[in-house]
Amino acid sequence: MKTKFEDIMVKSEKEWESMQCGEKPVILVGTATCGRSAGSLETLEALRSEADKSGIDCTIIEVGCIGLCYAEPLVTIAKPGNPAVCYGGIDAEKAKELVEKYIIGNDPVPEYALGTIGQGKIADIEKIQDTSVFKPQIRRVLKKCGSIDPANVEHYIANGGYSGLKRALEMTSEEIIDNIKISGLRGRGGAGFPTWRKWQFCHDAEGDQKYLICNADEGDPGAFMNRSLLEGDPHALLEGMVIAGRAIGADTGYIYCRAEYPLALERLDLAIKQAKDLGFLGDNIMETGFTFHIKVKEGAGAFVCGEETALIASIEGERGMPRPRPPFPAVSGLWGKPTIINNVETLASVALVMQQGAQWFSQVGSEASKGTKTFALVGKVKRTGLVEVPMGITLREMIYDIGGGILNDREFKAVQTGGPSGGCIPAEKLDTPVDYDSLNAAGTIMGSGGMVVMDADNCMVDVARYFLEFTQKESCGECVPCRLGTKQMLDILNDITQGRGKPDDIDLLEEIGYAVKRTSLCGLGQTAPNPVLSTLRYFRNEYEAHINKKECPSLVCRDLISYKIDTDKCTGCRLCFKACPADAIIGEKKEPHIVDQEKCIKCGMCFEKCPPKFNAVVCIPGQLKDGE
Amino acid sequence: MEKVKLTIDGLEISADKDKTILQAALENDIYIPHLCYHPDLEKVAVCRVCMVDVAGRGLTISCRAPVEEGLVVKTDSEELKKVRKVPVQLLFANHKTDCITCGKNDDCELQRIAKYLGLEADELNRLRFAEMDDPIDDSNPFFDRDPNKCVYCGICIRTCSELQNINAIDFSNRGYSTRVSTFGGGPIVESRCESCGECVVRCPVGALLPKTTEQPAREVKSVCTYCGVGCGILLGVRGHKIVSVRGDGENIVNRGSLCVKGRYGFGFINSPERLTKPLIRKNGELVEAEWDEALDFAAEKLKSCKSDEVAVFASAKCTNEDNYVIQKFSRAVLGTNSVDHCARL
Ligand SMILES: Cc1cc2nc3c(=O)[nH]c(=O)nc-3n(C[C@H](O)[C@H](O)[C@H](O)COP(=O)(O)O)c2cc1C
Ligand code: SF4
Ligand code: SF4
Ligand code: SF4
Ligand code: FES
Repeated sequence: MKTKFEDIMVKSEKEWESMQCGEKPVILVGTATCGRSAGSLETLEALRSEADKSGIDCTIIEVGCIGLCYAEPLVTIAKPGNPAVCYGGIDAEKAKELVEKYIIGNDPVPEYALGTIGQGKIADIEKIQDTSVFKPQIRRVLKKCGSIDPANVEHYIANGGYSGLKRALEMTSEEIIDNIKISGLRGRGGAGFPTWRKWQFCHDAEGDQKYLICNADEGDPGAFMNRSLLEGDPHALLEGMVIAGRAIGADTGYIYCRAEYPLALERLDLAIKQAKDLGFLGDNIMETGFTFHIKVKEGAGAFVCGEETALIASIEGERGMPRPRPPFPAVSGLWGKPTIINNVETLASVALVMQQGAQWFSQVGSEASKGTKTFALVGKVKRTGLVEVPMGITLREMIYDIGGGILNDREFKAVQTGGPSGGCIPAEKLDTPVDYDSLNAAGTIMGSGGMVVMDADNCMVDVARYFLEFTQKESCGECVPCRLGTKQMLDILNDITQGRGKPDDIDLLEEIGYAVKRTSLCGLGQTAPNPVLSTLRYFRNEYEAHINKKECPSLVCRDLISYKIDTDKCTGCRLCFKACPADAIIGEKKEPHIVDQEKCIKCGMCFEKCPPKFNAVVCIPGQLKDGE
Repeated sequence: MEKVKLTIDGLEISADKDKTILQAALENDIYIPHLCYHPDLEKVAVCRVCMVDVAGRGLTISCRAPVEEGLVVKTDSEELKKVRKVPVQLLFANHKTDCITCGKNDDCELQRIAKYLGLEADELNRLRFAEMDDPIDDSNPFFDRDPNKCVYCGICIRTCSELQNINAIDFSNRGYSTRVSTFGGGPIVESRCESCGECVVRCPVGALLPKTTEQPAREVKSVCTYCGVGCGILLGVRGHKIVSVRGDGENIVNRGSLCVKGRYGFGFINSPERLTKPLIRKNGELVEAEWDEALDFAAEKLKSCKSDEVAVFASAKCTNEDNYVIQKFSRAVLGTNSVDHCARL
């Protein structure tokens, strides 16, 4: 007799095939948050009305993000018998053009195309897998993001979804944990703790009630890996959670997701309902007697609430403050019960391990870091976006191949990983492999996947100051070293960037930073000094220039730069004179002007206004005195 | 309780199995700096100054780490020297240091730690000092709250919640802006605080201080006269005046705790308005009398009354035994059941 799941699978596959290989063109529009902020909802609207107007029968589906943020809004068109074509930068106007030329006509508009997806070739359009953005990537966790309709559970099932759960339910807890152990999966939330080991602790802990929590707080500034996954493939998380619940012996799971992710929350709510209706969640899952319920808890968006013990306090309705360990949550967590906290990506990977097998999972990756990792690649690269790479890939490949190199072909200076808890890596370390241990050795951390690229225009002291400002604000204030240490370091960095630095400050920063790392109560304080310590390690000369010469070599710190007019080039056109808001430009009409350094507020207006043909205003490091 | 043996700085000590390293050390007269630990309260481990070096483990927060058989603990090491001073230096850079005029001078845990760690002026002068100008809350009639001296150990908060069950105060804001606040942040006198002062006696620094900090020359064991509980107190005497009251930690009745009256209500003792002699109303006016005269007068009057014409009102300031005798006297001698007592304040 066929099981109910097989019936569902057959039905789902039919639905998926009818869409994939049907008679109608299929149009996919990326409407995750990133697409929406680039205007994809207008694109969607334009496609719909244009298709309506011309009376064309086609299927238009909203999908998640395929990660090409630099090219949003993204539209993919699959015409029967042809590979799908992915287009970038499609606003409402271009959308109309696509309908006219490619849906109605037969011109695939290669100018807008980023690449083809699937079997077959289209003249003048590369296969997307062969483009330099995608070539080094291996998309596993994000595979379905952007290709399935996240609101349609059948799409998920037709692509292997919930088969991992089916398999897991046929196993004992020990067997599931064993599979995860063989896969080599380590936590994707930051620290990279082996997932199986944590599960084992919780599985072995005594207690009639255990909990699973999915950490979807994603507080790192600039990180959006988890959001994209939740928006583009929410069932992957649910499947992973039920499997994890089964492995550790929990019957209840919480998803702690920040309230600033309304679309993710909406998709989760729908997915939970769908999974319940299909018997993949709730009581008696897949008729095995296993029960697992999922509740969504909206967080108010404090960075520290991503820390697991603070997160637990927050779910309990307490102030989101970390608790000292031991006891570890795996032994005594939510309401004092054994609890496992895993990141969204970790749990989605769990589903993949169970679907495709532990061996498959560990085929890619490096020796101690198996599988793939998603990154939000941002900053001064040509192609920003959400990428997924096999661990062990070098930073250079990520920045120059996937990211396309530095914006405007400027010089690379540093790359920051791990968000406010991580550090900056300089050019000479660009060949560092991206895995937990190599990044640690280089003075940073893998973190949850933020990767910010910086060029010569970034001042490293200012970068450190920026991150410190963040952690200082986000410190919960409970323990002394973090509450006062981050503040002290920020005060010092403010002094340095504003010209009040003292020669001894570098040592002081190092001493305080070290002590804060060693003595803070939770991971926030234990990692907060990293941006400072790593920039001190690799860019000490910049600190010294700020302190000793009162110069900002990157021309970022206002108090340590000066504007000056080259009197040989100045024609006295008076454009700068009129633009200066501080009346700091002196000079007669048609005579060379000069900047009154006492009055200058370093706004740079003169620099901007001086016509390129004269180019007489220069910005230089250091504090000029009047008359210099 | 099962005992375990461990060594601290080479000294072998034994401790109950359920003790922490810090407790074991303190019981054996070995000092380890600590600020947020209090024996009566939950251990929150937030000040981070109680670090010790445990062989095989490295830096360990001693106030939460349980003792274990064979632990080898050092209270000082190169690594400790390197990191332990920093939190304390930072506390000083964020503290109003008017020690000489502070009511906590010489009895302050922060001073004690600073002295133990040997903080030096050169080290402190490198730091950026914060401006300490938060307003003082002097609304309570018995104690003041000075946030500029608070080290945010949370002892007051835990006291109010764990021991007193009042929950008048908690942390508000976060990070560097963290403060100890009443609900809504108003003055403490308008909060649900009962002025018991339990937090005040536990505050390790001068952030919570009684309004009067006059120091006694000696202390005398006594029993609180306010109610029948009979809390043990230590009356602080200076010259011929009682200038302070402390709960007697050794007294099994209250183990050091007191209520607002017992702790702060001793002003009457030296009050010039206090009655020191009995008064008899003569021609409508109260006139001072000698005890013999007053007692004779009272006895005469009682004798002349019928049972149902008298009622007896006893004082909570008398002992339970006194009160027992007075009700016996009322019922058996005076023949009235109309007996009452003032202990319902
Ligand atoms: C200050 C701080 C913030 C954190 N924020 C997150 C977060 O947003 N998401 C996350 O998954 N883990 C975060 N973590 C890590 C978690 O505490 C925890 O280690 C992780 O969720 C465990 O999941 P994993 O084993 O699957 O990686 C944070 C840790 C700290 C100290
Ligand atoms: S390290 Fe910072 S965030 Fe963590 S408990 Fe201490 S004060 Fe709070
Ligand atoms: S005096 Fe008593 S009631 Fe008032 S805050 Fe302190 S402990 Fe709480
Ligand atoms: S007032 Fe005193 S007891 Fe309360 S947190 Fe501040 S220092 Fe600690
Ligand atoms: S006394 Fe141990 S951390 Fe405060």
